Amino acid sequence: MVHKHSRHVIQLISAVLTNGYFSGFASGSIYKGPLKSFCVPTLNCYSCPGALGSCPIGALQAVLGGNRSNVSYYVTGLLILFGVLLGRLICGFLCLFGLIQDLLYRIPTPKCKLPRVLDRPLRRLKYLVLLILVLLLPVCATNSFGIAPPYFCKYLCPAGTLEGGIPLVLAEESLKAMLGWLFAWKLFLLLAFLLASVFLYRPFCKYICPLGAIYSLFNRFSFYQMHVDRTKCVGCHTCRDKCNMGVDPLKNINSGECIRCGECGAACPTQAISGSFLQKKPSAASRNTSPLA
Amino acid sequence: MSPRARSGVKYALAALGVILLLIGVSLGEYATVFKKAASICFECIGIG
Repeated sequence: MVHKHSRHVIQLISAVLTNGYFSGFASGSIYKGPLKSFCVPTLNCYSCPGALGSCPIGALQAVLGGNRSNVSYYVTGLLILFGVLLGRLICGFLCLFGLIQDLLYRIPTPKCKLPRVLDRPLRRLKYLVLLILVLLLPVCATNSFGIAPPYFCKYLCPAGTLEGGIPLVLAEESLKAMLGWLFAWKLFLLLAFLLASVFLYRPFCKYICPLGAIYSLFNRFSFYQMHVDRTKCVGCHTCRDKCNMGVDPLKNINSGECIRCGECGAACPTQAISGSFLQKKPSAASRNTSPLA
Repeated sequence: MSPRARSGVKYALAALGVILLLIGVSLGEYATVFKKAASICFECIGIG
C-alpha cells in the first residue's frame, strides 16, 4: 500500500498539474486556453487563477443551467469514465481540497468522530446536495431566459472560495469593491469547513461533496478495487480502527465511503489488504476462512 | 453480486461513459463547458 507521505506527494503533484497556470496568481487572471474545455476528475474551481481544466461539478451545472440542454452527455460521460476507472481513489489521491483537509487533520489536537446517530444521516447529505443543488435546481429553477446559476458553486462550494475567490480578490483590486454578503457567506462556510477539518477527518468529503457522492456510486464497480486476503487476515480489526472515513474493511472493503487512501492496508499487521486494477479471484481457502466467524 | 456480474457491470459502465462522451462531443457540449470555464465565474467565487 502507498505510504501516507507518498500519498500526500501524489496529491501535491496532482494539485500542481491541475493548477499549473502560475502566472494567473500574480496577474489576477485565469487560464483561457483549450484545456479548459476538458474536465479534471477533481473538485477544482475553474475560476482558480491556476486552473488548467474545468471542474466537473461546475461544468455539469453550466450545461444543465444553460438554455440549450437539460442533459449533459459530455460531462456525464467523463464522470462515468473517471468513476468506473478509479472510484473514490480520486478523492484520496488527486483532490486538492481533500489534501488541504488531510493536512489540517494532521495538526496535533484532540480528534473527534460524530456519534453514529448523527454521522449516518449526515453521510447521505452529499447525495441530497448532488440531487437538489447540482442536478434539479439548474434544470428547474431558471430565469426567464431559461438560464440558471450554478447553485452548488454559488451558495455552498468552499473550494471555489479558497481556490478562486481569495486569490483573485487578493490579486485584483477592482474585485474588492464588488464583495458583498455572498462572499461573506462563502468565506464563513470555508472557514467553518477548514476549522472542522482540524478535529474531524474530511468533513466536506464525508458530508457535502457532490463529486464524492458520484464517485461513491462507482466504488463497487470500478476497475480499481480494494481486496482483503482472508487467508492472511487475523481479525484484529486494526484496519477498522485506523480508518478515518469510518469504513470497516472486513465488512465492506469497497464501501462508497472508502476514499482508498490505503491507511487500512498500511496498518494491517499481516498485509492482508491491498488495492489494484487486477481482479483477484478468491482462493478456496480464502472463501472458507473468515476472521469474523 | 458475483465477481463475473460485477465485471460485466464495470465494462458496461465504461462503454456507456464512452458513448455519452462521444454524443456530448458531437453536440458541441465541450464548447459550453469552455465558454463557462474560460471566463471568471463570479458566482462560483462568491461575488456574483
